[in-house]
Amino acid sequence: MLQYVSSYLSQPVTPGEAGNYVWATVYVLVVILGVSLVVLSMNWIERKAMAHMQVRLGPMRVGPHGLLQPFADALKLLTKEDILPAEADKLVFWLAPVVVVVTAWTTFLVVPFGRTHAVTDMNIGILFMLGVSSLGVLGIVMAGWASNSHYPLMGSLRSSAQMVSYEVAMGLAIVSAVLMTSLHGAGIYGVTKDVAQGVGTLSMIGIVQAQEAQGTWFIFKFFPLGLIAFVIFAIAMVAETNRAPFDLPEAESELVAGFHTEYSGFRWSLFMLAEYSAMVAVSSIAVALWLGGWLRPLATVHGPAITIPHYWQGGAVDFACSLLPALIFFFLALVCFVAVARMPKLPVFRIQTAGLAVLGALLGLVGLVLLAPPVRDRVQDVFWFAMKVAVFMYLYVWYRATFPRYRFDQLMKVGWKVLLPVGLGVLIVTAILGVLL
Amino acid sequence: MGTGEPRDRERPMTSHVDLDNRTFLDSTELVLNMGPQHPSTHGVLRVILKLDGEKVLGSECVIGYLHRGVEKIAENRTYAMFNPYVDRMDYVAAVSNGLGYCLAIEKLLNTEAPPRAQYIRVILTELNRLASHMLWLGTHALDIGAITPLFYTFRDREEILKIFEKYCGARLTTHAFRIGGCMYETYEGMEQEVLAFCDFVEPKIAEYEQLLTTNRIWVERTRNVGVINGPDCIALGVTGPVLRASGVKWDLRKVQPYSGYDKFEFDIPVGQNGDTYDRYLVRIAEMRQSLRIIRQAVAGLPAGPIMAKIPKILKPPVGEVYVSIEAPKGELGYFVVSDGSTQPYRVRVRPPSFVNLQALDVMVRGQLVADVVAVIGTLDIVLGEVDR
Repeated sequence: MLQYVSSYLSQPVTPGEAGNYVWATVYVLVVILGVSLVVLSMNWIERKAMAHMQVRLGPMRVGPHGLLQPFADALKLLTKEDILPAEADKLVFWLAPVVVVVTAWTTFLVVPFGRTHAVTDMNIGILFMLGVSSLGVLGIVMAGWASNSHYPLMGSLRSSAQMVSYEVAMGLAIVSAVLMTSLHGAGIYGVTKDVAQGVGTLSMIGIVQAQEAQGTWFIFKFFPLGLIAFVIFAIAMVAETNRAPFDLPEAESELVAGFHTEYSGFRWSLFMLAEYSAMVAVSSIAVALWLGGWLRPLATVHGPAITIPHYWQGGAVDFACSLLPALIFFFLALVCFVAVARMPKLPVFRIQTAGLAVLGALLGLVGLVLLAPPVRDRVQDVFWFAMKVAVFMYLYVWYRATFPRYRFDQLMKVGWKVLLPVGLGVLIVTAILGVLL
Repeated sequence: MGTGEPRDRERPMTSHVDLDNRTFLDSTELVLNMGPQHPSTHGVLRVILKLDGEKVLGSECVIGYLHRGVEKIAENRTYAMFNPYVDRMDYVAAVSNGLGYCLAIEKLLNTEAPPRAQYIRVILTELNRLASHMLWLGTHALDIGAITPLFYTFRDREEILKIFEKYCGARLTTHAFRIGGCMYETYEGMEQEVLAFCDFVEPKIAEYEQLLTTNRIWVERTRNVGVINGPDCIALGVTGPVLRASGVKWDLRKVQPYSGYDKFEFDIPVGQNGDTYDRYLVRIAEMRQSLRIIRQAVAGLPAGPIMAKIPKILKPPVGEVYVSIEAPKGELGYFVVSDGSTQPYRVRVRPPSFVNLQALDVMVRGQLVADVVAVIGTLDIVLGEVDR
């Protein structure tokens, strides 16, 4: 048994590929925990970032700088009364949040956090992801239907129409990225003929590896085709996850809360969990397909070779990059300690100050762990992937604080009359260009 | 408009539909009950919408959820005692309400406030117009989905409220004016503070515009939404920025100046299309014009008494007056009947919000549900004033 478990560690593949069920289960648990943690922290980050954009402070009371606010919220939601509307279709009402959460989480099966850091590598990875994430709309329709109330019904109708129409544009953008895996695009941006001919792949890991082999992120490939496809995807993914400015299904000022108007407490929190998980999931697709997945920026630049006795033989740039995750955690720890020093010296703040100091110490500890050579090499991939996804998550918050909401017909117009034709055009030109060059 | 009484649940809302045998799937119109508890009906307005999908076939307003019988109360109070009550009607523009009432009673008494009092009144009223428009802008943008302008406008509105607080001790329901003039002299350094505020807020208005005026989504959401033309406005009695955005140049401060407005130079911003976007532009331009008026009023603030010589106990001669002013939301009129006693025989208020709300049905017919919210926002209604 122990041999079975440890046998995986030497293999440079995902647990799914290695067929190691124990590690696959561990990865699934880690991913579920990680995503839940990300959702919790997103809750805090969104409120805090938006507050600062809106000249206010945001959560400040629960824990230092409101850091414990998400936990307080979660606790509140869990202890709330579980309301089932009398007129609701009980079974469907119960099932809807489950469907939404399960589909949002299932997509993480194939998200390539790193070459070895994924639950599994499916040869139809991107197709699987697209398919499963589209199932999420089913849960939303179920929620709207089962509530047996007008606002949720209208919200779910809006969301189904919206998700279906934006999936088309999204699919087209994805296809053009998939196409790029098989087109070497010789002569453009330093990609030469003698790079191994890519074989088209739908596997998420394969797509990132294709970018590694071709030495370019697909966002820069066939400039500006890759960029346009990426922008189409970036717009469609916001619509797909029902976030501002496309948050019509839950348009607060129109439909009260849209499809989850009748939901409260834990069920409602499941919807929120699913929404943020879906945001992470689609951001992961965008990162994997266009932004080089787990590859660090300028992955082909290795710098002058340096040798550190007993440990490092390789490029100086590679070495410096491998230190980055630890340095970032050290920086966060420093921020915490500065905040501790700036805390008002009042008895009421004693617990908060202590909490902040403990947090800083914890972050510093994590940084130290990340500095350890074996760990440092293994988390490189995950670190860069997470950083890129974080940029998208911040963009989501930024959009929400900046844009007014589209109207339903305008949303459809953007989807069908702008994104779809442009996506088709990009696809065709990519195909022609790839064959010709 | 509704009859003013909330409908009971059992009464069918669409007469030709057999409610008993109707299922959820019927392809008949959907009747959506919006409010009185709804995030964007600005209080307790209830709108019953008849929908075909998302398209609005018709609407009906049900009002009266905030009715407090202000007009009836007036009959049991002396003239001076009723003064604070008017602040509670349009609580966003309480100063304007007070000004209208004081002007009406002064006309009834055949007296006039001294020049200094008139100037102070103009300064405070225009500040209040700014505050009202700021609140409108923030909430209107919030209804359309832009959440951030709300916080910016509230931040700047706070400065106005601070000036009010320093002047008379109250921020919202100020009771700033008395019949015959003002109760309080300007506080030490008020002129400088008001001028400093004007300089402070001018770039802020540009900031709001930067966020919205050329924002593609904002323009798409507001242009050609809730269109109403000039003749329709006049037929419905619509006044204020809504009327002016439809191309009718009608501002009571110009056409029948009161409280010394004829001494100030300012323009009346007018729109052309009568859509939500024009109403937005008109109100933004009005904010700038208000600043102009405030600067002139502060510069020309005359010395002298702030209270006219009026008796301690007000007993206006028998008669009736109608006095109207240009409140931030439109024509605010007071019809006061005196029977010669210390209490008014009857006070009738012509609230701009109430009359403007009539236009809602005209404006939302054929539009989408999202536009209803935009139109309610652009009408700038305050339910305290609609229901009184």
